[in-house]
Amino acid sequence: MIVMQELSKSFGRQLVLDRLNLEIPSGRITAIIGPSGEGKSVLLKHMIGLLRPDSGSVKVDGEEITTMGRGELNRVREKFGMLFQNAALFDSLTVFENVAFPLQEKTRLSDLEIAGRVGEALSHVGLTGVEAKYPDELSGGMKKRVGLARALLMDPRIILFDEPTTGLDPVISRAIHQMIRETHEKFGYTAVVVSHEIPEIFDISDSVAVLYRGKIIETGTPKEIQSSLDPVVRQFIDGSLEGPIQLV
Amino acid sequence: MINPLQRLGASTLGTLAAMGRMLNFILYAIYACFRRPGHPRHILKQLNFIGARSCFVILLTAAFTGMVLGLQGYYTLAKFGSEGLLGTAVALSLIRELGPVLSALMVTGRAGSAITAEIGIMRITEQIDALETMALEPFKYLVSPKLIASILALPLLCAIFDVVGIWGGYLIGVKLLGVNPGAYFGEMEKSVEWKDVYSGMIKSLSFGVIIAWVCCYKGYYAEHGAEGVSQATTSAVVLSSVLILIWDYFITSVLL
Repeated sequence: MIVMQELSKSFGRQLVLDRLNLEIPSGRITAIIGPSGEGKSVLLKHMIGLLRPDSGSVKVDGEEITTMGRGELNRVREKFGMLFQNAALFDSLTVFENVAFPLQEKTRLSDLEIAGRVGEALSHVGLTGVEAKYPDELSGGMKKRVGLARALLMDPRIILFDEPTTGLDPVISRAIHQMIRETHEKFGYTAVVVSHEIPEIFDISDSVAVLYRGKIIETGTPKEIQSSLDPVVRQFIDGSLEGPIQLV
Repeated sequence: MINPLQRLGASTLGTLAAMGRMLNFILYAIYACFRRPGHPRHILKQLNFIGARSCFVILLTAAFTGMVLGLQGYYTLAKFGSEGLLGTAVALSLIRELGPVLSALMVTGRAGSAITAEIGIMRITEQIDALETMALEPFKYLVSPKLIASILALPLLCAIFDVVGIWGGYLIGVKLLGVNPGAYFGEMEKSVEWKDVYSGMIKSLSFGVIIAWVCCYKGYYAEHGAEGVSQATTSAVVLSSVLILIWDYFITSVLL
């Protein structure tokens, strides 16, 4: 479980997270939604220690990570996998080398065993025959799937998804969402999905948190969020131009 | 009245913070070099990129540097009737000074800029974050191999520069301008000491540290997209070059 308490973070004079409180339950898919530029990705990066807060606490399975040194933090990060917004594939490596990278660097598996595991991971995400391609030869959806295969490879207990379907067409977006649901059911990991794909994200989530102006203003099941009477949540879900959310 | 003072204070504190961050960077990079596991594959790859693939530009630069030294040296020494000392002049200039400095400047322009751009692009496309999320140390993969390769490659490139430069001076001085070949190499052998050679090597080694340090640092902390990477690359080359020249003065004054 991930617990964030009174989390605050500023970049220069811009306050992004403002004494935020959030609990991510284990073994479930939690979606974090909210208007663009509200700090969803910043929040996600705090969960894995890529950013340190100005104040507040982030606990992963009861361990406070904000004050950990590199060695301890790396130990906690062994539990995580992450799919970045643009997949963050290593562009000088092939698809095979990208997916195999954590196994080659962290395990003593033989080349044959690594090849087997990579093939299996790519087949889980519906990608075969692209092992020799480089990231710049792949479509956006394919890059995301390779990123997901790489994230799944080390059997993580928690996977963070940073806008996994942004920039993809509706068909590929649905396929990615379905893939997240299927791999979650198969491997049982805790998933945190940052998204503003409404209403698709509700189809795969067990719980939803709404981030607005640096705080979590509402949490609940997808059904509860969809029937919320909070004006901010209503405007965001309805996609209306009228309401408290102002265009900047 | 307050605002200029505030700005001056903020600017000074910002500069001090950046210097501290740079110092932390190199100290952690050196520490990461000694931490297990080692990555010989990555080091060899960087040695090829920084060292082997810089050979052509080093050969070209060295040849023409030696040739111009031969030309200028001959006409200067001829005023004193000392043309026979051309070999000494060319060799000592190259071995003590021009070899280490010019080879370092060439590597800065060629490999240093590429290092900054590579790491900078990895930073802005979150590839460095991806390494961290895999519980892997970015310094061990990105910085330490380049630091080790730079330290190994620069003295070797400097040696190549010196040899090719001496032959460039020979080509002009002896073949073109008629200096006695025996005098060219004979006087050189009498004048060049082991101290001259190792001081040049020590300079090269330290320049290697500067190049890897500055170029990796600038790339690692690049931000604001493509323009940020471009600025980081320019800044890395300029800062490396200036630091090489400044450090050259101080280390020369110690080694002399």
